Amino acid sequence: MVSHRLQGEIQPPPRHLALLWKGGGSLWACTLPTQLVRKIFINNEWHDAVSKKTFPSVNPATGEVICQVAEGDKADVDKAVKAAKAAFQLGSPWRRMDASHRGKLLNRLADLIERDRAYLAALETLDNGKPYSVAYLVDLDMVVKCLRYFAGWSDKFHGKTIPLDGDFFCYTRHEPVGVCGQIIPWNFPLLMQAWKLGPALATGNVVVMKVAEQTPLSALYVASLVKEAGFPPGVVNIIPGYGPTAGAAISSHMEVDKVAFTGSTEVGHLIQKAAAESNLKRVTLELGGKSPNIIMSDADMDWAVEQAHFALFFNQGQCCCAGSRTYVQEDIYHEFVERSVERAKSRVVGNPFDFKTEQGPQVDEEQFKKILGYISTGKREGAKLLCGGNPAADKGYFIQPTVFGDVQDNMTIAREEIFGPVMQILKFRTIEEVVERANDSKYGLAAAVFTKDLDKANYVSQALRAGTVWVNCYDVFGAQAPFGGYKASGNGRELGEYGLDAYLEVKNVSIHVSEYFPTFSCTTKLRTSLLV
Amino acid sequence: MKKQGSDSNPAPVNPALPEPLKDLKIKYTKIFINNEWHNSISGKKFAVLNPATEEKICEIEEGDKADVDKAVKAARKAFELGSPWRTMDASERGRLLYKLADLVERDRVLLATMETIDGGKLFSNAYLMDLGACVKTLRYCAGWADKNHGRTIPMDGNFFTFTRHEPIGVCGQIIPWNFPLIMFVWKIAPALCCGNTVVVKPAEQTPLSALYMGSLIKEAGFPPGVVNIVPGFGHTAGAAISHHMDVDKVAFTGSTEVGKLIKEAAGKSNLKRVTLELGGKSPIVVFADADLDTAVEFAHTALFYHQGQCCIAASRIFVEEPIYDEFVRRSIERAKKYTLGNPLLPGVQQGPQIDKEQYQKILELIESGKKEGAKLECGGGPWGDKGYFIQPTVFSNVTDDMRIAKEEIFGPVQQILKFKTVDEVIRRANNTTYGLAAGVFTKDVDKALTFTAALQAGTVWVNCYSALSSQCPFGGFKMSGNGREMGEYGLHEYTEVKTVTIKIPQKNS
Repeated sequence: MVSHRLQGEIQPPPRHLALLWKGGGSLWACTLPTQLVRKIFINNEWHDAVSKKTFPSVNPATGEVICQVAEGDKADVDKAVKAAKAAFQLGSPWRRMDASHRGKLLNRLADLIERDRAYLAALETLDNGKPYSVAYLVDLDMVVKCLRYFAGWSDKFHGKTIPLDGDFFCYTRHEPVGVCGQIIPWNFPLLMQAWKLGPALATGNVVVMKVAEQTPLSALYVASLVKEAGFPPGVVNIIPGYGPTAGAAISSHMEVDKVAFTGSTEVGHLIQKAAAESNLKRVTLELGGKSPNIIMSDADMDWAVEQAHFALFFNQGQCCCAGSRTYVQEDIYHEFVERSVERAKSRVVGNPFDFKTEQGPQVDEEQFKKILGYISTGKREGAKLLCGGNPAADKGYFIQPTVFGDVQDNMTIAREEIFGPVMQILKFRTIEEVVERANDSKYGLAAAVFTKDLDKANYVSQALRAGTVWVNCYDVFGAQAPFGGYKASGNGRELGEYGLDAYLEVKNVSIHVSEYFPTFSCTTKLRTSLLV
Repeated sequence: MKKQGSDSNPAPVNPALPEPLKDLKIKYTKIFINNEWHNSISGKKFAVLNPATEEKICEIEEGDKADVDKAVKAARKAFELGSPWRTMDASERGRLLYKLADLVERDRVLLATMETIDGGKLFSNAYLMDLGACVKTLRYCAGWADKNHGRTIPMDGNFFTFTRHEPIGVCGQIIPWNFPLIMFVWKIAPALCCGNTVVVKPAEQTPLSALYMGSLIKEAGFPPGVVNIVPGFGHTAGAAISHHMDVDKVAFTGSTEVGKLIKEAAGKSNLKRVTLELGGKSPIVVFADADLDTAVEFAHTALFYHQGQCCIAASRIFVEEPIYDEFVRRSIERAKKYTLGNPLLPGVQQGPQIDKEQYQKILELIESGKKEGAKLECGGGPWGDKGYFIQPTVFSNVTDDMRIAKEEIFGPVQQILKFKTVDEVIRRANNTTYGLAAGVFTKDVDKALTFTAALQAGTVWVNCYSALSSQCPFGGFKMSGNGREMGEYGLHEYTEVKTVTIKIPQKNS
């Protein structure tokens, strides 16, 4: 559970990073951390872009450039795919490695990330804007656990032996798919990297990963840890770059066997199309959502208000599973709205390196403007703005925690993904009504219900068309539990045992057995019974 | 336990062999309960001997019924609802096991030296094989901790049904002296990853490494009472565990004779769950089309590894008539190459038997072989003037009715038998009360697959032998045991399945 992770000892950021924020009297002063890597990672080596181009990575708390990063595009993707293919060749060190040893390497990677936890958390905050305390306690904790979880699977994804009719010995091998393109988003840069690398590497695949152009820094640092952990060259290749160039090159590549993407539904369509038009590569997608959170009148009010607030505002509202339609039963609606506004007003927005800060900046200017646009649409379409609604600082991409009441299902803010700190509260009367309204969305990523009534909890968890349903909680993530979307929220599942399926090809092997002595053979039961 | 066939593996399989520890001090000689060290309630102690010298290493507190009671009480308390162990995240149990693996790796030389001095095991084997397998097994089971999935079940009617995979509770675990550490780990790792608490009785011959593990278990951070270790004898401490009314499960590795007593005790007391890994008289079948060098070498190691003291020892080698004489000739040549001696020394290939009782039993069986008309090709007597050493011994012209072809010898005594036809050898190989392991050597895919189906054994090896690993289930058909250890199957032995059915207003698919 994300919220319960928000407790614990926080190790402060490494001194050279902390100084960035306290030194010089200016809270927003920024210099470069010394170990920053800014290149393309192929074959366990650092490369400039073939084009020699670079792009800026920006600190969203200040709008200032942190550093320039090598900009990968098609030529670099080709290079990376070639390296990955070589690493995947029959007889290569990676293919011949004991499965348990792959697990050992993943565990070692987790150890290294744990060792550098404070540095990585600080880098994540610098590049993404999320509060340091959250990056340290939530993101990094989940990254390490995810890698350890999949390390355990590496020698446990069993094939089967199958009682095939006739004189045959039949079994399945669970083989890696091959070269996997993985395109990850900027909202949880490290965690999404772990979700992608963990299952792919546990099952023996090789990876070409494109990290988001907004947040390439932490993923590139992890690349150096991949090398340190001892993964053979070419197994993991990481390319910072843009979607239309590097991302498109991966998804339309003829030698990429599988593409996994986390991001917007709009781009998800493009990826699936590119896969279809190129080599029918396998596709898994984890896309947008407009997840409903249903509060029944018998729910524990304090808990429901806090969880609904958390469900939407966590990570500056930049969660694919954000509970962005809060349906509240009529008889408690007013009280719920009142308390939610109160809670939103008390949300601490500011310097993400301050341990008291709950909310940092949005990731970039584009998102910042888009969210403000949705807020004005909400006002225009008649929703009641109860608090917030404006930028929260005169520099950086901060937005005030915003709550809309009296939201109607047909309003833009109730239908489209806002991906910002903007909460929509809607009113409902009956459970049948709310289920129908909750399901009336092209999305189906997550959903929640708050109630003390066992029957209602069971009814709603069956009725909601969503890949994850939370009961009396929200944003409960664990590497053990599968996650993914119904409908336009995605294809396939990540995490859990289900998450392995996306990275496995099933090979069926049938061997004819000439029987030496029918009375002893495994397959003669049928024959003997026919003789009788 | 020998790892074979992966020397071409690019992963660093085995580290270089270091020197054994020169001045091994035995720090832990007491009973381990609640993460603390206790004297025996009776005040009794027993001596532990070095089988290579017959000298006393140290004295150990001798646990019996009273100490088992104390340990069970501690284990029961650690298993209470709401306890730290019961409320711990499953992944955290895995993390503790992984940590324990790291600690075992850190103290690898010490533990390997201890195994050698206490069990007469070659230091090279102890260090490379036993310790390697221990670390891997702990890591393997660590991974299962949060993957022992229950199911949701589409039950008829308006119900929501699911299963919880719950730990069984307090598990008694009685382990043998031939692989003291591996057997300790094979028992505790699956039990702990599933969330059980354990009371372990190590063998009276070899309690040292298990007690040392107690200190590592504490260091790793397992809560008090989760693992309790009571050194002692079978008829006292072992019997107390298997008869105990508050022990929910007993797992035993050892002789078939004692296995029967354990199951009887479970039946007489509280119907505790029982898993048994017992004796064997495992066959290897060598066809004329097999690669002879490979077959001779594997068959040799299959019997002589660790002085023949393996439950899987291939103690009946059935060789096809056309190659019989050549096979026997090469097997004798191979057996004669041995250097016996102090198992701590480099270059030594065979150490002593574990104790005097075993030593005498083996010599007695050798005599019976000679008397019943088997042909003694080499060896056949004791070696050296101290310690329990026996010469590598090969018998040919062995027939099925001889004692050496029927009884478990548990020593360096190889029996080679002749066969003519496939159906004959299948019948003969299966004609035993045991069914632990079997091997077949042939290049013919049809013969290989026919035998994998026909042989009544829990493990069948084709063109190899002794290839064990934590991923693969291991256990016996027939009187070689009940249940399986290791692999995913091994988790079943430490899991109770609870079906939960909840009435719901309306079912939908």
